[in-house]
Amino acid sequence: MLHRTIHLFRKELRLHDNPVLLAALQSSEALYPVYILDRAFLTSSMHIGALRWHFLLQSLEDLHKNLCQLGSCLLVIQGEYETVLRDHIQRWNITQVTLDAEMEPFYKEMEANIQRLGAELGFEVLSLVSHSLYDTQRILDINGGSPPLTYKRFLHILSLLGDPEVPVRNLTAEDFQRCSAPDADLAESYRVPLPEDLKISPENLSPWRGGETEGLQRLEQHLTDQGWVASFTKPRTIPNSLLPSTTGLSPYFSMGCLSVRTFFYRLSNIYAQAKHHSLPPVSLQGQLLWREFFYTVASATPNFTQMAGNPICLQICWYKDAERLHKWKMAQTGFPWIDAIMTQLRQEGWIHHLARHAVACFLTRGDLWISWEEGMKVFEELLLDADYSINAGNWMWLSASAFFHQYTRIFCPVRFGKRTDPQGNYIRKYLPILKNFPSKYIYEPWTASEEEQKQAGCIIDDADDPMEIKVKRDHSEENISKGKVARTTE
Amino acid sequence: MKRAGQKVVAGTEAPGTSQTSKKQKTSLYGSGHGESDPCTSMDWGSLPHHVILRVFQFLTLVDRARASSVCRRWNEVFHIPDLWRRFEFELSQPATSYLKSTHPDLIQQIIKRHADHLQYVSFKVDSSTESAEAACDILSQLVNCSIKTLGLISTAKPSFMNVSKAHFASALTVVFVNSKSLSSIKIDDTPLDDPSLKVLVANNSDTLKLLKMSSCPHVSPAGILCVADQCHGLKELALNYYILSDELLLALSSEKHVDLEHLRIDIVSENPGQVQFHTIKKQSWDALVKHSPKVNIVMYFFLYEDEFDAFFREETPVTHLYFGRAVSKAMLGRIGMNCPRLIELVVCANGLQPLDDELIQIAERCKNLTAMGLGECEVTCRGFIEFVKMCGGRLTQLSIMEEVLIPDSDYSLDRLHLEVSKHLGRMWFPDMMPTW
Repeated sequence: MLHRTIHLFRKELRLHDNPVLLAALQSSEALYPVYILDRAFLTSSMHIGALRWHFLLQSLEDLHKNLCQLGSCLLVIQGEYETVLRDHIQRWNITQVTLDAEMEPFYKEMEANIQRLGAELGFEVLSLVSHSLYDTQRILDINGGSPPLTYKRFLHILSLLGDPEVPVRNLTAEDFQRCSAPDADLAESYRVPLPEDLKISPENLSPWRGGETEGLQRLEQHLTDQGWVASFTKPRTIPNSLLPSTTGLSPYFSMGCLSVRTFFYRLSNIYAQAKHHSLPPVSLQGQLLWREFFYTVASATPNFTQMAGNPICLQICWYKDAERLHKWKMAQTGFPWIDAIMTQLRQEGWIHHLARHAVACFLTRGDLWISWEEGMKVFEELLLDADYSINAGNWMWLSASAFFHQYTRIFCPVRFGKRTDPQGNYIRKYLPILKNFPSKYIYEPWTASEEEQKQAGCIIDDADDPMEIKVKRDHSEENISKGKVARTTE
Repeated sequence: MKRAGQKVVAGTEAPGTSQTSKKQKTSLYGSGHGESDPCTSMDWGSLPHHVILRVFQFLTLVDRARASSVCRRWNEVFHIPDLWRRFEFELSQPATSYLKSTHPDLIQQIIKRHADHLQYVSFKVDSSTESAEAACDILSQLVNCSIKTLGLISTAKPSFMNVSKAHFASALTVVFVNSKSLSSIKIDDTPLDDPSLKVLVANNSDTLKLLKMSSCPHVSPAGILCVADQCHGLKELALNYYILSDELLLALSSEKHVDLEHLRIDIVSENPGQVQFHTIKKQSWDALVKHSPKVNIVMYFFLYEDEFDAFFREETPVTHLYFGRAVSKAMLGRIGMNCPRLIELVVCANGLQPLDDELIQIAERCKNLTAMGLGECEVTCRGFIEFVKMCGGRLTQLSIMEEVLIPDSDYSLDRLHLEVSKHLGRMWFPDMMPTW
């Protein structure tokens, strides 16, 4: 018996490698591709800033376009998800709801509610995992039921598991022809909203554009530029990588515009053809494997995104300091390296991972001693690729609350910046007020003489924060080392 | 938890009663009936004291406190002195801290009923001055105590530094004068001063074994010298460099003194170029090592790169070295030359020149090196493998941030990890920071 199906897009905003959509098409005579824009649900789960709303809406627009090309369309229905479903299950005589299986607690709860609704209203529910390389349960099982807490151990477990799940085949127009598509007038009433419709400012300075099409183009670019040119010289300074990346893929993974499995296998193929066979995929696919690592830990750890009640998180006596937190968030700490990074973050929604390390360490263990949960929330709001597990996991890592190394690493807000970009061009770009400072002062403009400051057109007020924070940072270093090194890795 | 007075029957389970016994959740003597059997019935409340005590020792304080309100007998056990030898007071203000505080009523109870039982006491305070002051208030009331171990721990900021010197000193005086058997004191980051040290020494010179007083800016070299002169049982000492003197090392090496086991020295500079560091004579170090051949000498450096001039010019018997900020290539060279007793070396940051030569010299001359950590430095893969080969299996801790290693024409990062693992005799990877 063929179903009349609502397919719910949640975190897999794409048509390639979408196992549950494929399964829906194969089992249905009518298919309604739906995205329920439940604003209350979305914002209660994670903070969403304007840039990420834009990215989401662009991704939905792109999804709609791609569905149209295959003879279907996307229906974006606004409202509380249970109400929306109740309404449309009846209206459209739905017998099956298909959706992507996700591991975040709020998504799991949503799925459980939909199952309940299915039992009540008489429809079936089908969900499949496609957001991670592996079924995380298998990783947990091999590790005796608990998640590996060091990357080394994690890699070892993966080596026992073998290759990840293979991507499913691409969808074709034929797949859609067999199913009847929603009517044209439905498509009109449920079109993708514009930012203004949701009362979100239409202004968008970010160079990142959402959507599967853009994601796939970047994927090709990424593979051409980096993937198979197995580069053996590690650059000592990476100033250009700090600038908005044209081949960066992280927001597309987190929104599901790109499939991690697809990327993994494309990389593996390329690497297999490359000259040096001794290179294991670890070095090329680091980004994907770290993502998998955090997904695995998060899936098996209650209260993962907070300190209280989180079994893997050190209970640390952080300061409550709203003023300093605000200065950090608004790029007003007085350390140019930190402020430039926070400026780029706010304007563009993406910063390089070393930049994330720098500001995360500064907020927590390094300088301000403010709780990592506060930083996590700011990143949630501002980052395009903010992801439940990865964001929380990294914040815990950088604040030395979990996943311990033998020796805790502190990034100095002056020295680390200087080392990464000795000329200071990154600072000049994002903090134009400092652009006339010579490179030797630009990371610590307060060290320049008054005359030199005048020449650069910017006087540094002695009463500013940097000095005070500097002294406190020194003390923090001592705290770290005093409390330090008793933790061992495996 | 069963209410006291409920009857439990000892004995083996009869076949037909498996249903009933499954319903009983707790049973001290194995499963049994719910019916009472007058010959073998026992009352939870009439367990002997030592049994309850043993059980209580496994419970957290909160659970014990709850259990103590069950019946009088259990309440008596709750107050047995043995359960009150060790206590950690946690003091924090909700406005400044996420963590819980010891309940004020409990604190009152302890002061009233258990002050004389306390032997191992610590105070964990948050960043607020009120918490530090509260700690001092409690200390001032421990008049009949005979404390052996005292710890003042600032978990976030040195909050004790904001307490008035007089208040702090008088609180310490109460403990120092009354205890007379203090053996271990941890009071880093406090306004400890010379007069308080005199009081400590006057009353506890026979028993003092451990004194940790890093970052106590009011203590002078004379103050700590007084401790070394009088407390001949001192085995562990932690202090800042500015109060370390040749006289101190000689005093610790006198015949009357026991072997020193652990000496930790913090060398800190708040502002670059502000402090000129004095040198310690080689003879003084030699005397110390001659007297205590096994002593661990631990040095934590928080200096700016050009402030190291006074250090490692001659042979220095340091065993554990930590550089919390950047340290120059030249300094690492000097360390290779002059630190034959070195066991552990941690370098937070260096520069952009490879440290190959310095590392190889360290491998050659520091034959006791078993642990190393490197961050924000540069080392070529070939140089690093050479270093590991020379140290071999004696390196039990090797912690290198992945980006420290520079791949060259001979070795990629992945080949390197296999080579290093081979020389160490175990699987080894560099430390990796997540790709966020």
